[in-house]
Amino acid sequence: MKFMITCKQASQIISQSLDNPLSWSDRMKLKFHLFICDACTRFNRQLHLISNALKSMRSDTENDSTIQLTSEAKIRILNNIQAKNH
Amino acid sequence: MSNVNDWLNEHGDYLYRFALARLRDPHQAEDAVQETMLAAIKSNNFEGDSSARTWLTGILKHKIIDLQRKQIREQPVSDLIDFDASDTSMDDFFDVKGHWLDKPQTLDMPENALEQKQFLNILSSCMDKLPKKLAAIFTMRDVQETENETICKELDITATNAWVMLYRARMGLRKCLEINWNIG
Repeated sequence: MKFMITCKQASQIISQSLDNPLSWSDRMKLKFHLFICDACTRFNRQLHLISNALKSMRSDTENDSTIQLTSEAKIRILNNIQAKNH
Repeated sequence: MSNVNDWLNEHGDYLYRFALARLRDPHQAEDAVQETMLAAIKSNNFEGDSSARTWLTGILKHKIIDLQRKQIREQPVSDLIDFDASDTSMDDFFDVKGHWLDKPQTLDMPENALEQKQFLNILSSCMDKLPKKLAAIFTMRDVQETENETICKELDITATNAWVMLYRARMGLRKCLEINWNIG
């Protein structure tokens, strides 16, 4: 049956769905597969969880005012620039 | 040079956090800030009507991509060419019929702040365990939310290479997370 895909194929389509819009036929195949497969449904959730967690890690770092360039780092940068800029 | 001093004092911490959030490595983040300063004093296209911070951040974004490109290029060329959609090394996860060898388990973000932090720490160490080039491309995609097309262009790889690398990174990462985060 054309609509049936394996878990391996489903996992590949799920990964692709995070990067690009799926074709209509991939979307239908995946929808059908997820309907009958708990393991791939969990896999799908795992990938979304990871992706969201990484984004929240990014904004945590961006907004963490305790993370600063140390004065040593600033001096290092200034010295390196002076050396390179001649 | 006095410009650099001012920039570092006013925007240095911001730029450093911006870089660290994307590169996840303090040394690389410092390098990126340094290269940004260097590029900034060499260029004179600072437009008075945009803020210095916006201008510097624009330069920094390019420097971050440069560093990631370097990270990927430094890998042996053969490793990159090796990527092929029909490659079978993913069979570690599936049997010959395409069934999961180990079915994915339920993985939830914990509610409690402390456990959440632990979870993110584990995720972070799993990222560090990925092969460097996979980590770099995956970071570009999932942390920086770079468009696929841009990734392919910047790294000079095909769309197929990109998706195979992203797929491998995700498969490795979720497995690592599952192994190291086994509660509930």
